[in-house]
Amino acid sequence: MTADAFDAFKQGLAAGGVAFEEVASNGLDPARVLRVNPEHWGQFAFEAKRRELRHAGLWADDGGGATFTIRALFEKQGRYLLAQADVEKGRPSLPSQSVHFPGADRLERHTRDLYGIVFTDHPDPRRWTRHQGWDDDEFPLRKDFPAAGFAHDRTPADHLYKFTAAHGSGVYEIPVGPIHAGVIEPGHFRFLAVGETVLNLEERLGYVHKGIEKIAEGRDADGLARLAARVSGDTTVGHAYAACVAMEKAAALAVPPRAVWLRAVMAERERVANHLGDIGAILNDVAFTFGFYQFSRLREQWQRASQSVFGHRFMMDRIVPGGVAVDIDQSQRQQMSADIHALRREMKTLMAIYDDAPSVEDRLVTTGHLDPTRARELGTLGYVARASGVDIDVRRDAPYPPYDRLAVKVPVYRYGDVAARLRVRAEEIAVSCELLEQLLERLPDGPVRASWRPPAAAEGLAIIEGWRGELMAYVRFDADGRIARYFPRDPSVFNWPALEHLIHDNIVPDFPVCNKSVNGSYSGSDL
Amino acid sequence: MLRILGKIQRIGVITEAAPTDLEPALTQIGARVKARVGELFAGSLAIRQVDAGSCNGCELEIQALANPYYGVERFGVHFVASPRHADMLLVTGPVSRHMEEALRRAYDCTPNPKLVLAVGECGATGGEFGVNYASCGAVANVIPVDGVVRGCPPTPLDLLRGILEAIDGAGVKPR
Repeated sequence: MTADAFDAFKQGLAAGGVAFEEVASNGLDPARVLRVNPEHWGQFAFEAKRRELRHAGLWADDGGGATFTIRALFEKQGRYLLAQADVEKGRPSLPSQSVHFPGADRLERHTRDLYGIVFTDHPDPRRWTRHQGWDDDEFPLRKDFPAAGFAHDRTPADHLYKFTAAHGSGVYEIPVGPIHAGVIEPGHFRFLAVGETVLNLEERLGYVHKGIEKIAEGRDADGLARLAARVSGDTTVGHAYAACVAMEKAAALAVPPRAVWLRAVMAERERVANHLGDIGAILNDVAFTFGFYQFSRLREQWQRASQSVFGHRFMMDRIVPGGVAVDIDQSQRQQMSADIHALRREMKTLMAIYDDAPSVEDRLVTTGHLDPTRARELGTLGYVARASGVDIDVRRDAPYPPYDRLAVKVPVYRYGDVAARLRVRAEEIAVSCELLEQLLERLPDGPVRASWRPPAAAEGLAIIEGWRGELMAYVRFDADGRIARYFPRDPSVFNWPALEHLIHDNIVPDFPVCNKSVNGSYSGSDL
Repeated sequence: MLRILGKIQRIGVITEAAPTDLEPALTQIGARVKARVGELFAGSLAIRQVDAGSCNGCELEIQALANPYYGVERFGVHFVASPRHADMLLVTGPVSRHMEEALRRAYDCTPNPKLVLAVGECGATGGEFGVNYASCGAVANVIPVDGVVRGCPPTPLDLLRGILEAIDGAGVKPR
């Protein structure tokens, strides 16, 4: 969305009867901010949809005054737009945006469960994040709700949630979870099936909701970085990265160039590690154990290298406010370059073997097909989007340092099946290898951390490309320089609903491989 | 197929290759695990892993136990799909309130005598999350625990060591 397109959008809004005003956006850069009349919140989304903007997140904030602020992030062609509306606390309600953007459904239900804000024409009245952990008239993210909650002896199971039902000869239900058969996170899947074929899948998440947004409040910057690093363990670099950038923008703090580049080194390393693990796991789910062992071997080697260079197998807590907590020397740089060279060679051999295995192809091609139109409509992100023809990558479209100095290739396929999602990952490993080589070669000299100064009453927004896709963090500091609001939006939020669609007409035994090919984070969505 | 065989031959058996200084420790701990599992569990220790609210960092390291570097099955350690088949529950935390009842049920379904190992800082103490409106904190706040493995997340080697300590210290009588 160029400046012209933005103006055209504003004219469209005015013509559509939406009352709004543009407001200054200190710290919210690169987004431009529009304050919208809450009654026109739904109409705003309608206009955004019409102009082909993508919904990129929704959250609320309790500033302690008489109103709640609702915010929604939109994107088009790498330009971001933040809409915000204030609603009276006495009767907090406004129209829903998920009518126009189905991907926002769960974010609105999350906001309703945690703030008591009602989205009046929301198509799904059921709770989402709330199970039985607190009552339906309690709203944990309101400032008057204590972080400790109210006394409960035991939280009962959530057995009253109404799943979509189907009747008819031969239709049956399969409830799965929350505890799954493998070593994975908990969540519930309700299948309606006929014979072996999946008629409908409904996800029920929220099991690992552990109050991240609430316990962020009152923390200092270091404390928030530690918490962000644990939003989703597999994205520990990504979430810490986004949270720190958001805090630094709020504080208008310049991070030393070397730290900026080292952060990208860690982010690319995290991408490679997870893609290696995912490819191995996808192959394991179709019983190609050779592939599982080979890719998990590469992943283990990669993690051990992270341990030896950054002092942690996942590089957890290595991105800190103001910079990074660890510097690298010349020999470590050389070691990493040698590892990249070796990984490239291994990938070439292994992908040739993969391409040569018709029995694997038979299981992955056409399996779990996600139509490009649907992928776009849901606002899917990362490899899920890119395997279904959606050509997006923040590193290229809205480049933040150091990616503004690097050329990022973005692999895109249109087939939308498990094979395409595997292929995108494999090619992204190659792209990351190239980026890593450049990052290491051109790594600037100098310090790796600027001293942190807490800002007073300031806010910051960060949008980066995590390994799963576009990841955002919003941070607001109170007058004492403590965190008043933290909202991390993991890409999984927009990818989980895609799984419900791409599983249609697949056989139940292919669910694990379909799920793995999406690999949504439960923890990153439940918060 | 030839390429697969070629690749397999060139890689060799990496579990014995000792590529880093971690390996000797793994071999020693693994041998002790195998011996104790042999004595106390007739050669096979069945573990049911339960993620009761973790950030998934611990899960990644537990999964890594199955990669060819660690290959814990060779020490007689198996991960099973049902608590009813398990000798040990490996529980990561913090226990979210929404997982509290599921965890209790998994515990009740595990036949006696059973061992419970709380994994990670969060499983051991509540970690970064502690106790709040949505979190019960440490695993021990919800079910009885026999041992803990600290670390954020604990490495695969830490996990193996923790499993060994738990079966060593559990007072299980040799069969």
